[in-house]
Amino acid sequence: MTETRATREEQVLERIDRARQRKARVREEHITMAHGAGGKATQTLIEAVFLDAFRNPLLEPLEDGAVFAAGGTRLAFTTDSYVVSPLFFPGGDIGDLAVNGTVNDLAVCGARPLYLSAGFVLEEGFPVEDLRRISASMARAAAAAEVSIVTGDTKVVQRGKADGCYVTTAGVGLLERDAPLGVAHARPGDAVLVSGPIGEHGVTIMLARGELDIEADVTSDTAPLNGLVTALLAAVGGKVRCLRDATRGGVATILNEIARASGVAVVVEEDAVPVRPAVRGACELLGIDPLYVACEGRMVVVVAGDGDGDGAGDGDGDGDGDGDAEGGVADAALAALRSHPLGEGAAIVGRVQDDPPGLVLLKTAFGGTRIVDVLVGDPLPRIC
Amino acid sequence: MRFVDEYRDADKARALSARIASLCEPGRTYKFMEVCGGHTHTIYKHGLEDYLPETITLVHGPGCPVCVIPMGRVDDAIHIAEQPDVIMTSFGDMMRVPGGRGSFFDSTAQGADIRMVYSPLDALKIARREPDRRVVFMAIGFETTTPSTAMTVLRAAAEDVRNFSVFCNHVTIIPAIKAILDSPDLRLDGFIGPGHVSTIIGCRPYEFIARDYGRPLVVAGFEPLDILQSVYMLLLQLAEGRSEVENQYARVVPWAGNGKALRAITEVMELRPYFEWRGLGFISHSALRMREKYAAYDAERLFDIPGNRVADPKACQCGEVLKGVLKPWECKVFGTACTPETPIGTCMVSSEGACAAYYNFGRFSRQRVREATR
Repeated sequence: MTETRATREEQVLERIDRARQRKARVREEHITMAHGAGGKATQTLIEAVFLDAFRNPLLEPLEDGAVFAAGGTRLAFTTDSYVVSPLFFPGGDIGDLAVNGTVNDLAVCGARPLYLSAGFVLEEGFPVEDLRRISASMARAAAAAEVSIVTGDTKVVQRGKADGCYVTTAGVGLLERDAPLGVAHARPGDAVLVSGPIGEHGVTIMLARGELDIEADVTSDTAPLNGLVTALLAAVGGKVRCLRDATRGGVATILNEIARASGVAVVVEEDAVPVRPAVRGACELLGIDPLYVACEGRMVVVVAGDGDGDGAGDGDGDGDGDGDAEGGVADAALAALRSHPLGEGAAIVGRVQDDPPGLVLLKTAFGGTRIVDVLVGDPLPRIC
Repeated sequence: MRFVDEYRDADKARALSARIASLCEPGRTYKFMEVCGGHTHTIYKHGLEDYLPETITLVHGPGCPVCVIPMGRVDDAIHIAEQPDVIMTSFGDMMRVPGGRGSFFDSTAQGADIRMVYSPLDALKIARREPDRRVVFMAIGFETTTPSTAMTVLRAAAEDVRNFSVFCNHVTIIPAIKAILDSPDLRLDGFIGPGHVSTIIGCRPYEFIARDYGRPLVVAGFEPLDILQSVYMLLLQLAEGRSEVENQYARVVPWAGNGKALRAITEVMELRPYFEWRGLGFISHSALRMREKYAAYDAERLFDIPGNRVADPKACQCGEVLKGVLKPWECKVFGTACTPETPIGTCMVSSEGACAAYYNFGRFSRQRVREATR
């Protein structure tokens, strides 16, 4: 009896898995907020509308930036828009966010960020003093990341047609490294690290909106990661498989992208994931999981297990996954991250194995297990 | 973190797990219903079933506030939100719940002003700040959230805020449990009682379950150790041949409930003769409406609402899932036509809904997960 039931459950789960593999389709007639939240709805929109229209080999991997050669030079190119509210928040503002975000998208491609553009959409009535503050903060962030903002654009829209100030930045960087990085490169036996405590930016913004009446000592983690990436690549260069900054959708979303693109399982130890008490407390109160909360200065790092090759990976899928990741490479990567001020809180949080492909599994601090899925839209606070 | 980690201690869980196993009679299977959606969420989020023997099945109950809202009421709320000068306010969970004509999120995409709030008091704040708008609070939930709605109405009345009203959809838990006990297609061995609801109503209202139906009930907290301990307490009652109401969550739940909160509810609201529950149909005396005395704050009286009944989609088996007759994966459309992106039924919407919890956290056989993470 129980066996037939288990078999039936397996069949249903397989059917669901097939349904999930189907081509993405946007069913909604209008854009909703979920389409901008970085979860499944965003993914579907990108794949069904943009990828469908623009399809080309550079876009297809849907990485943080495109990587290509031009005139014998290998470059990375990326763009991002910033619509954060409030514009100024503890630890930063829309200006340094816009610079750091684009710098980070280049850095995690393995590129050295060089030049940025900045486009501003301003609402009629927006205080010039605020724009000065934002620009000054962008200048400081650019100097810190050793990039220059070399071109730009300004548009003004009528009052009510925008929310103060939106910023779009694009950036180019120089690729000085041969081994490709990407979400599709994870292999069984690899180790998974995060570069510091997670969820700080997202929680800061939620609290800064002032709707929650929760006060906590938490500031945005917005920071340029290129220095940290350089330190990491210098230490374990050829062994790094994948880097991603964990922005919208948080660490959980990135891990799911890795599991899906690489056809592997990622197993995470909840206990090992660094989360500051203030962030954890706020998340507990709101009923949301810090794994889904945005960071703006943290990255997920996948490095090869010991005895595994330079960059390409053997892909033999022996996949037992145990022990491999515990050794020298992961520790060396951890040490390299921790030697940099932005990586002091880095930790090894999990490992890659071959089965079950495409899924992220969490060993909970309580000692249970569950899967970690991609959210549809923003994590919604629970009622009670 | 204090007051959290001590209730998630893996060593204590292992010890409890062993005691639970030792209390299980060989050859006997047990079915316990966790009434509250918050418990369902905890069970999946922490992987709690890993600590239970295969012979114990946890059945998910009807206590998920957004899961039981019928489609017609969502349509009514959207209709109100579309009226001139209206700001509709709602808890976050409610935003994605589908009515017959879409959800709040769909409605905002088409121009309605629907804002997420964390408490009805936030809605009242908006009303004070925007005196030219009519601010309506979409009041949903069991006895846990009802007092805050009632208190907000009392405050609005005291401050004479005239542009605030409540679209009252509050429901009560006892009639729902009774409907399940009277349902012929389900055999339960006991209940894990709703902790938050009980902080308001106390433990006495459950006594008929133990007395008349001979089923033990343990009011439980929301941390994973709370739930494991409640399972242990239920098994102990069964082993000793007892059928009683017990309070595992005594650190929060007073046996007699919260008199002040109950008085506020009674002052502002009264029982409806009947109310439709999503998936469960009409249940008499199972919901609250605003009293005549507070008509000025009652959106149902202030707005001309269509009040159309919308039948649940045929394929949807939320009712069976809410009653615990079906496991989420046993529903015909689970995970294929009905997913968190495109929910057909409400159980797939809220993170407390049994289907969403199973889809997001447990969509994988326990056996394989255990093997994979060993």
